[in-house]
Amino acid sequence: MSFISYLINGLSLGSVYAIIALGYTMVYGIAKMLNFAHGDVIMIGAYVALLSMTQAGLSPLAAILIAVVVCTALGIVIERIAYKPLRNASSSLAVLITAIGVSYLLQNVALLLFGANAQSFQSVVKWGGLSLAGGSLKISGETVVTIIACIIIMIVLTFFVQKTKPGQAMRAVSEDKGAAQLMGINVNGTIALTFAIGSALAAVAGVLLCSSYPSLTPYTGAMPGIKAFVAAVFGGIGSIQGAFIGGLLLGIIEILGRAYISSQMADALVFAVLIIVLLVKPTGLLGKKIQEKV
Amino acid sequence: MGMLKKMSKNTRSNLITYGIVIAAFLIMQTLITTGSISSLLEGLMVPLCIYVILAVSLNLVVGILGELSLGHAGFMCVGAFTSAFFSKCMRDVITSSLLRFFLALLIGIAVAAVFGLIIGIPVLRLKGDYLAIVTLAFGEIIKNLVNVLFIGRDSNGFHFSTKDVMDLNMEPDGTVLVNGPQGITGTPKDSTFLIGVILILITLFIVTNLINSRDGRAIMAIRDNRIAAESIGINVTKYKLMAFTISAALAGAAGVLYAHNLSTLTATTNNFGYNMSITILVFVVLGGIGNIRGSIIAAVILTLLPELLRGLSDYRMLIYAIVLIIMMLFNWAPKAIEWREKYFSFGKRKKEAVK
Amino acid sequence: MAALLDVKNLGISFGGLRAVNAFNISVEKEELYGLIGPNGAGKTTVFNLLTGVYKPDSGKVLLDGEDITGKKTIDISKAGIARTFQNIRLFKQLSVLDNVKVGLHNKHHYSTIEGILRLPRYRSVEKEMDEKAMDLLKVFELEQVAQQLASNLPYGQQRKLEIARALATEPKLLLLDEPAAGMNPNETGELMDMIRFVREQFHMTVLLIEHDMKLVSGICEKLTVLNFGEVLSQGDTGTVLNDPQVITAYLGE
Repeated sequence: MSFISYLINGLSLGSVYAIIALGYTMVYGIAKMLNFAHGDVIMIGAYVALLSMTQAGLSPLAAILIAVVVCTALGIVIERIAYKPLRNASSSLAVLITAIGVSYLLQNVALLLFGANAQSFQSVVKWGGLSLAGGSLKISGETVVTIIACIIIMIVLTFFVQKTKPGQAMRAVSEDKGAAQLMGINVNGTIALTFAIGSALAAVAGVLLCSSYPSLTPYTGAMPGIKAFVAAVFGGIGSIQGAFIGGLLLGIIEILGRAYISSQMADALVFAVLIIVLLVKPTGLLGKKIQEKV
Repeated sequence: MGMLKKMSKNTRSNLITYGIVIAAFLIMQTLITTGSISSLLEGLMVPLCIYVILAVSLNLVVGILGELSLGHAGFMCVGAFTSAFFSKCMRDVITSSLLRFFLALLIGIAVAAVFGLIIGIPVLRLKGDYLAIVTLAFGEIIKNLVNVLFIGRDSNGFHFSTKDVMDLNMEPDGTVLVNGPQGITGTPKDSTFLIGVILILITLFIVTNLINSRDGRAIMAIRDNRIAAESIGINVTKYKLMAFTISAALAGAAGVLYAHNLSTLTATTNNFGYNMSITILVFVVLGGIGNIRGSIIAAVILTLLPELLRGLSDYRMLIYAIVLIIMMLFNWAPKAIEWREKYFSFGKRKKEAVK
Repeated sequence: MAALLDVKNLGISFGGLRAVNAFNISVEKEELYGLIGPNGAGKTTVFNLLTGVYKPDSGKVLLDGEDITGKKTIDISKAGIARTFQNIRLFKQLSVLDNVKVGLHNKHHYSTIEGILRLPRYRSVEKEMDEKAMDLLKVFELEQVAQQLASNLPYGQQRKLEIARALATEPKLLLLDEPAAGMNPNETGELMDMIRFVREQFHMTVLLIEHDMKLVSGICEKLTVLNFGEVLSQGDTGTVLNDPQVITAYLGE
């Protein structure tokens, strides 16, 4: 039974990774940049939701909504101020280093505002969960909600990208920015929209993550952020389904690794997955191959 | 004067850099011996040397090779732990602290270089963002591995474990040498300011002379245009590995200096993890990517400033973050470059200085 | 006499599309040979196949009798093919002189240790390289700008520098990918003189891709016309340019 319960915990953590990875993969696919600060937007989202509940006494649903709004705005502002000016920089390192700077800025602003001490997060899920197999297998409400939320987000996002006009614009921009511009697509707007969606998802991920693991610090987002990037690479960067599958697999690998190998080495295991994937199949499970033009 | 003129521009620039380092050392050393600076500041001298070596060595990868490595602290960690382990074992065998430190230094450098090579071979096939994230991953793995490592020694020899001290199964007379998260205690404090400065000078000598040699040109050619470099017969893998390995070896030297400046050596996020790698990156960016002298000056300023203005030390990382963002935008945004070239004639001259 | 470059039945596909098919060419020593054809005909792909950027999935490439089919770019460079690029690829942050010195890399050696310790061999070899590089820059009238950054050069000089860098590798065969692109008629005229001069001075064999018909008809002795990845016509410049098939391919574009 314990194996199954590990597996379900892995799916739950993996669902959070998947939601974060969706944000990564969309931004990477469209703006062609690794948004290092994505993980820290998660942390900001969690703090906003927590404060909305504890300080303003709002309901969990309202708190999530506020967190989504704040993170969306934050994502757009970050893109506009820190990334957009560097879009045509001569070195691709420029925007990557700036993103690292933004990540650090968010962490340290949070540190000044909220302090270094871990705050305990109130779960947004009030339901006790399921008790199966005569009580020997318990699944928490958070776990069920997280997995369901992830599936819904995945389906909605796939529909959005495939069927709606802004979604098609996104695909066009990710294929060829210049050509999309010539076709009359608002490239800047599309990139901003991508950041907005990614950041909104980050807020949701932050709330779900902290509901399951209720200790919130300014560094809460950093590691899940990096691991979600690993998940995005694992699944094939730029692919929504890839981010979903990569996230779930990575969550399962991490939880099983923690349970059966060593809790300290679980992170190392996740990174080892990244290294192996990049060496064996750099495009990930579902990614496309890109040939360099000479 | 005539001789100075005859020297190439590069040689002259290098001599100026050495001169700055030596002058700074002489001034600080005088202040220390006359007792005119606080013991706090005095205690900062060795860490300062460590940061300078790290910044210069990272610049070799970021500025000269043009790849972003976020695992630099990992190589420092390797150098620190192997050398501290050696020194602890040899504490009673080699009594001359200078000889012991020298041997520890060689070992730390060699092992860090080997790690650089082993990690570089797979990693350098990747580019840009992927390379950054994989080096970050390697740095974290090294740190995590060190934290689960237990080594002890008794009359039967060495014992290893990745669980805990009990698992070492030692005789009662055994001593624990590496104690997992508690690290290594009792490393001899052999690092001095003078040794630190000598290591800085050696680092500078290696890096600047490499840059101005046949190999250095090949490395920079790969940075500027890999496809063109290949087309004229430059072995891209070889030169990438060369830059990466030398950089790792120098980071290892910084680690040795670090380990022998503290009596207790542990691996945390702040000293050997991601945070350290980013701190070094900030020095490189502030000093100018590819500008070796700039790295030194930036490392010194950013280390001393928050310590001197005590009120600022809480904001140290915040300041680093802002410095990073503003410097990148100012130096790399096409609009900012245009603006600078329009209003300041130094735009072009500065570019030439970055070699 | 065997040809310097002998290509038989060369071909490659990208995802089902046959980009180059059954490509044959034979270039004699010291010949000035033109490769022309409409946009997208596969000319640059041929260059990429010859220089090992792409691996051909059929055919054979012989350089001076040596089989270089499917070899790596750096080995092909060592075997004696140098090239320039359609979109100029200089080492922008290096000086003009250093760009050429990188080209000399495989012809002049000293070890890493000798370089770092600045041993006598470092000094003598560097001096040799400096002299050789300056000689090459003089040919292209770039000696005045030797210390400038390559990125600061005007367009025409950048094209020249790229050729100088390629020649520094002492190739047997020089591939020029649209050397006159973006040049005005004056500059093109100069370039033509320069290519002729390079051929005489260095006894160089040149294969070039070009759209400028004035340049092609002015300096090329032989032509191959590529259309949809296949050879449409091949032979002496005069004959090929009057080939009705070629005229249709160009007018029909």
